[in-house]
Amino acid sequence: MRQQLRNIRLVRWLDERTGILHLADEALDEPIPGGARWAYVFGSGLLYLLISQIVTGIFLAMYYVASADHAHTTIEYITKSVTAGSFLRSLHSYGSSAMVVTLVVHLAQTYFYGSYKGRRELLWLSGLVLFALIVGMAFTGYLLPWDQKAYFATAVGTNIAGEVPLIGNWLKELMRGGTEMGTLTLSRFFVAHVFLIPACIFAFVGLHVFLFRKAGSAGPVSEDSFEPMQKTEQFYPKQVVMDIIFATVLVGTLGLLSYLSPVALGPKANPADTSFLPRPEWYYLPIFQWLKYWNGASAIVGIVVIPGIIAAFLVALPFMDRTKERRPWKRPVASFSFAIVICSLLFLGWQSGFEDSHDPGVSKQLAQQDSLTESFMNAPFTPVEIGTMPAPAQTMSPDVAAGRQLFLDNSCDQCHGESAEGTDKAPKLIGVSTKFPADTLISRLLHPTQKARDADMDPVDLPADQFKQLVSFLQSLK
Amino acid sequence: MARKSQEEIKETHSSAHDGRRSALGLGRRGFLSWVLGIGTVGVAGALSVPLIRFALDPLTRTSTETGWSDLGPADDFSEVNVPQKRTINIIQTDGWRKIESEKSVYVIKGTDNQLTVMTATCPHLGCSVKWNDNTHHFKCPCHNGEFTSAGTLVSGPPPRDMDTLESKVEDGHLKVRYQSFRNLVKTKEVMA
Repeated sequence: MRQQLRNIRLVRWLDERTGILHLADEALDEPIPGGARWAYVFGSGLLYLLISQIVTGIFLAMYYVASADHAHTTIEYITKSVTAGSFLRSLHSYGSSAMVVTLVVHLAQTYFYGSYKGRRELLWLSGLVLFALIVGMAFTGYLLPWDQKAYFATAVGTNIAGEVPLIGNWLKELMRGGTEMGTLTLSRFFVAHVFLIPACIFAFVGLHVFLFRKAGSAGPVSEDSFEPMQKTEQFYPKQVVMDIIFATVLVGTLGLLSYLSPVALGPKANPADTSFLPRPEWYYLPIFQWLKYWNGASAIVGIVVIPGIIAAFLVALPFMDRTKERRPWKRPVASFSFAIVICSLLFLGWQSGFEDSHDPGVSKQLAQQDSLTESFMNAPFTPVEIGTMPAPAQTMSPDVAAGRQLFLDNSCDQCHGESAEGTDKAPKLIGVSTKFPADTLISRLLHPTQKARDADMDPVDLPADQFKQLVSFLQSLK
Repeated sequence: MARKSQEEIKETHSSAHDGRRSALGLGRRGFLSWVLGIGTVGVAGALSVPLIRFALDPLTRTSTETGWSDLGPADDFSEVNVPQKRTINIIQTDGWRKIESEKSVYVIKGTDNQLTVMTATCPHLGCSVKWNDNTHHFKCPCHNGEFTSAGTLVSGPPPRDMDTLESKVEDGHLKVRYQSFRNLVKTKEVMA
């Protein structure tokens, strides 16, 4: 096809100015030692997911407002009211899960294949930075809907940051924009989620891809990572086809999930709710469970020391491990330790769910939270009323306004209606001034008729000035 | 010339690389490229359908709830002979909000003492027309459209007369139903 493209005049015109065909050759003819494999699809799968997250994220931002007053309403509007809104939001939400899963698989594949070897230290490090950035995206994005789940999970998450020694408290307040969670927290998380972290992700994806092309594909585990000797196959077509098939499976799975089981939105965050049980997104459950084991003075070990050691190990890995050996069964220590970490995380995640389902108090509360979410989702969207006041209030004189307040304060509205429109208990008072002259009206208020008394109308007992205000109000009812 | 011959060399090289060619003139790889290309465009196209529908959603909604607004007792307008400006507050749906917005209207007493209510929005480009007591005309400050006290177009770029609004007198009060109309067209068309 590239050959045919070359024959199209417009393509040639573009190529002479941009070198686009050369770029395409460069991208598609990349040699893969040992040939195309399914094991290599995860990197490009992540790139596809990233694009999907960017596109759906941009579209969601068309309706989203990052403020504690409106965030929840706008997400509710997107979910319940806007065409395809629920689908796109679900795609974005499930997409974040898919990214975390694919990211872990990509990391594990690189680790077990020893693909970080052979002058690939910077490639590995840029990948680790991307890992941290994606985890940061998942954390900051989770707060944005500002529902109960989001609010309390983030309250817990920022408190964890507070456990970091020396700078913990400062870090927590920096993230929250103050001591408490509030609208500033939401603004900060929004800015981090849509500006700061994505900017870093773009930069590091660029670097990661560049370094990957510079080092070249590492090939299978039997390959020498410094000087590949196996027969190469070009990236195009076989690997491209595999990558596209993987991306299609991702599209299909996410699309089906979003269509069949759209992501729900819970009731709006209520900081005063003391019974709410926060549970993070599933991929954070292992860490959530892990933190249960570290209390008081030992918390620092669980929160800072052990994760710190794991992180430092991953960073140091390509510098420490200088052997050429890549086959995982010939690197038992490395393989086992990684497998143990992964298995521990899976176990912790499972354990978290197991504990929740076997504690009757917890499972009852969680079930109740689910049912609240369900009933919230079933309620129709009603627009927020902003600055809408009952029309009369705007033209009222001070006396009339005060009279109206007295009318409400003395519960006259209970029987005569909020706007004095009358109810089945008492007649309407609109137009009462045309019905009765002023003195009759006053005497009726002071001495209600027997019929009115029978319907629970009490004589009006107010100081003279207030009485006057009430009469002014009644006379204004036209 | 040198560049051209270089291109020719490249072409011969890559067509040799393309291998056997089918009857259509496409190599096996060429055919695959087209399948992949069309497939990718197809999937991308399908995925953009919900995105486009999402983005176009506001275009399918009506923004104004056309209820009746009170302009005060009708008697207030019986004494005067020049158009009276009044502001009314209408409830509008604005995306996820319900807002109260202020609109200006003119109440005009016709020769038959009938009250007419006109919107202050110029049918040209939507500026607010002003009543001028000296010239006894309405004038649009933007492009100098001029209308008589009855709202009939006198001069300037507006395509039609000022727009009258539906009004009625109920319980002695003048009431109006506010609407917006399409700009720049000869006939009055209500905007959804």
